[in-house]
Amino acid sequence: MKYTLTVNGQSHSVDAAPDTPMLWVLRDHLNLVGTKYGCGIGQCGACTIHLNGVPTRACLTPVSTVGRMAVTTIEGLDPNGAHPIQEAWRELDVPQCGYCQAGQIMTAAALLKNNPQPSDDDIDGAMAGNLCRCATYLRIRAGIKRAAEIGSHSLKEAAK
Amino acid sequence: MNAPTLDRRGFLKMSAVAGGGLVLGFYLNSATRLLGAEIVNASAPGADTFSPNALLRITPDGVVTIISKQPDMGQGTKTSLPMIIAEELDVPWSEVVIEQGDLNPKYGGQSAGGSTSTPNNYNEFHRVGATARTMLVQAAALTWGVPAGDCAADGGAVHHQASGRTLKYGELVAKAATLPVPHGDAVKLKDPKDYKLLGTRIMGVDVPKIVTGQPLFGIDVTRPGMLHAVYVKCPVFAGKVVSANVDEIKRLPGIRDAFVVEGTQNLFGLLPGVAIVGDSTWSTFSARKQLKVTWDEGKTANQSWDNFVAQARAKAKEPGEHVVRRDGDVAAAFGSAAKTVEAEYLYPFISHTNLEPQNCTAHFHDGIMEVWAPTQNPGSGADIISRQLNLPKDKIVLHITRSGGGFGRRLFSEPVIEAATIAQRVQVPVKLTWSREDDMQHDLYRPGGLHFLKGAVDERGRVTAWKNNFFTFGHGGRPGSGGWLGGDEFPGRWVPNYVLETTTFDTGWPMGPWRAPGSCVFAWVIQSFIDELANAAGRDPYQFRLDLLGDRDEFPGEGPRHAGEYNVARARNVLKLAAEKSGWGQKHFPKGQGAGIAFHYSHRGYFAEVAEVTVSKDGQLKVDRVVAACDIGAQVVNLSGAENQVEGSIVDGLGTLMFQELNIERGRTVQSNFSEYPMIRMPDAPTRIETHFLKTDYPTTGLGEPALPPLGPAVCNAIFAATGKRVRQMPLSRTDLRWS
Repeated sequence: MKYTLTVNGQSHSVDAAPDTPMLWVLRDHLNLVGTKYGCGIGQCGACTIHLNGVPTRACLTPVSTVGRMAVTTIEGLDPNGAHPIQEAWRELDVPQCGYCQAGQIMTAAALLKNNPQPSDDDIDGAMAGNLCRCATYLRIRAGIKRAAEIGSHSLKEAAK
Repeated sequence: MNAPTLDRRGFLKMSAVAGGGLVLGFYLNSATRLLGAEIVNASAPGADTFSPNALLRITPDGVVTIISKQPDMGQGTKTSLPMIIAEELDVPWSEVVIEQGDLNPKYGGQSAGGSTSTPNNYNEFHRVGATARTMLVQAAALTWGVPAGDCAADGGAVHHQASGRTLKYGELVAKAATLPVPHGDAVKLKDPKDYKLLGTRIMGVDVPKIVTGQPLFGIDVTRPGMLHAVYVKCPVFAGKVVSANVDEIKRLPGIRDAFVVEGTQNLFGLLPGVAIVGDSTWSTFSARKQLKVTWDEGKTANQSWDNFVAQARAKAKEPGEHVVRRDGDVAAAFGSAAKTVEAEYLYPFISHTNLEPQNCTAHFHDGIMEVWAPTQNPGSGADIISRQLNLPKDKIVLHITRSGGGFGRRLFSEPVIEAATIAQRVQVPVKLTWSREDDMQHDLYRPGGLHFLKGAVDERGRVTAWKNNFFTFGHGGRPGSGGWLGGDEFPGRWVPNYVLETTTFDTGWPMGPWRAPGSCVFAWVIQSFIDELANAAGRDPYQFRLDLLGDRDEFPGEGPRHAGEYNVARARNVLKLAAEKSGWGQKHFPKGQGAGIAFHYSHRGYFAEVAEVTVSKDGQLKVDRVVAACDIGAQVVNLSGAENQVEGSIVDGLGTLMFQELNIERGRTVQSNFSEYPMIRMPDAPTRIETHFLKTDYPTTGLGEPALPPLGPAVCNAIFAATGKRVRQMPLSRTDLRWS
């Protein structure tokens, strides 16, 4: 089947079986490999993307269900790779192996969008669906708090 | 410090220069571990591809390129090891470019395991940087006609203080490359007090790519015309294919080929299976759902974990198969003891669960097998291709990609030989991807084990006897990796009446090293049981440990590898530091809260940890604080990476303790994905971890593993302090922690 998808603001035509998960459409058809395969059953969060801004497991999202929804992947989170979460991740040197981090970042970015100053419990709750096998959870927590600071600072700058 | 001697010939070579600059390169020679310099033509086409022979390149434009020869699977050596060269070279880190090296014998050892990458390379990497700096300083001195002693390197340039002249490294490369390579005392390492880079916090070199989703990992590899593959093995380990409906599979949409691979019975090699090759990962994942295989499961199908546990319990009172150590008279000591304690400790098999499932891309072309592998041990990949496919080593090219986690799993190369076997048949590039289910059901597991312990303390509260009847798992009478407990392991040698007996259950189950093999479970058993003895003696667990370690400063090792060498003073000092930093004994905890302490020596590092926990009345555990005291010798290389390794090891150790359990029934793994095999997630991570490095005069050692072992017992000892409940089985979910 042919599908027209909007990924990171660009229109793409894809020929894939209707049940093909977006994870594999992104990775194998569009060569956007930042979205990672970890479990295929929505348990690890490594494949988290945004559909119309909502964090979604790409491994459980058949291409046939996407329609005109805007797909955002880690590659398109910020045109310059300068989202506050990305800035904070570099500043605090969050990753170890880094394999889960695209999913962590996409989940964290969605959290901050809805809740710009999350509490520890808010962070733990929002991030509980994302596994980090290297167990960098303390740095992820700290990174989200740092990103919240960076975000509030840039909001203030924008307001000036 | 043992610096390698330098060859006077210095491997100095001159190549034709065609209108371009020169590249100064230094490399380590694998056979003789010598340093040398090479000159190559920087402007010639493909000059960059000369890099496999060099650890360090400086081009006339001043770009410093350092090769990372070790694989990086998150332990951070792609950043930390080049930092050592950059430090000695005195070049700003921002001007350094890091390249991942391929497998190449000229680099020497490239396996990253056992926390050895740092200790095995530390001294030589200092020499590599310092030798280059020495030559650049000499080149500047010659240019200016002044003594080299009047010149100094700093910030990627050489300065002549007297005249105020400066030449950047790029400007000195041409002359430096013509100089003989200095050796011995002519190369002076920097005084550690002058370090600008080592010991600071440096961001991982791949982090910018990680946070923007750029291709880095093995699973991200794409090649022109690449196909995708799955490889389906028997659920019972090493079961053989009797028949499979491959002709039907070949007709499915998007499928190019399907075939049976006879394979071998080598659990670390090419096991029998069915390969399916298609246009995309999903087409192969979909096709395998239609695959029907008749398997010959073999006798491994008779082996179940529960049966082995029952057998061990039945034999617990009998002498073990093998006496590993026997000191004094245990029976007499038990007879005259003030108190004795008996306990059974049990831990299950667990999986590595690298978040990047095993995978490998291979392309057989022009008689060459070219592979791209996320591996900790690239040499093992080339070895098995050579053996299994009968290819000479010089016909194998292996590119090392970043790995999404290692933990010991990627020391073995079954995915590499599977991909290469498929590639040899299809003759186009092919990426083999293991599903999560493949990865969990065909891991090389950490062996489980049972320890039947009895200990004694005398009237003065000293440990007088220790008996451990240990049941482990292996093949042909030999325990699997991490299943061997040595007689030198603490408190063997310390306790006057000591017996360690081992019985090994023969299985057909795959086992392999899992982060801090052996130590990751033995520390839990031993340091928990020491706590039981301290409690029986009515003594403080920290003081009890100090007394048990005693006054001597070391147990010397025996044999050429100093096996069993134990620096007691270092163990005591980390124990004291952990107690001091945590405020041990100074806090009052209400019921449901408490602190526990443990220490362990492994992978050349001495670690002590204090855990503070809260256990709710309904039995929920929260680790509030962990204080880690770490002695890895004289120098922390990258403080950011080092702290990250310690924190990760602690949370990983906690996750293992709390959740991980893999069951093997009738020769097959029961669990297949994270829904059945829970892993620690953020809400269960400790609230706070404090890491303290104790700087000592000993050689710098690695951090991938040694912070993990003390965590489990520290937490369990804290749970006991909080609730009076002793945890003797992993995972924690097997123990009812409710209290009232």
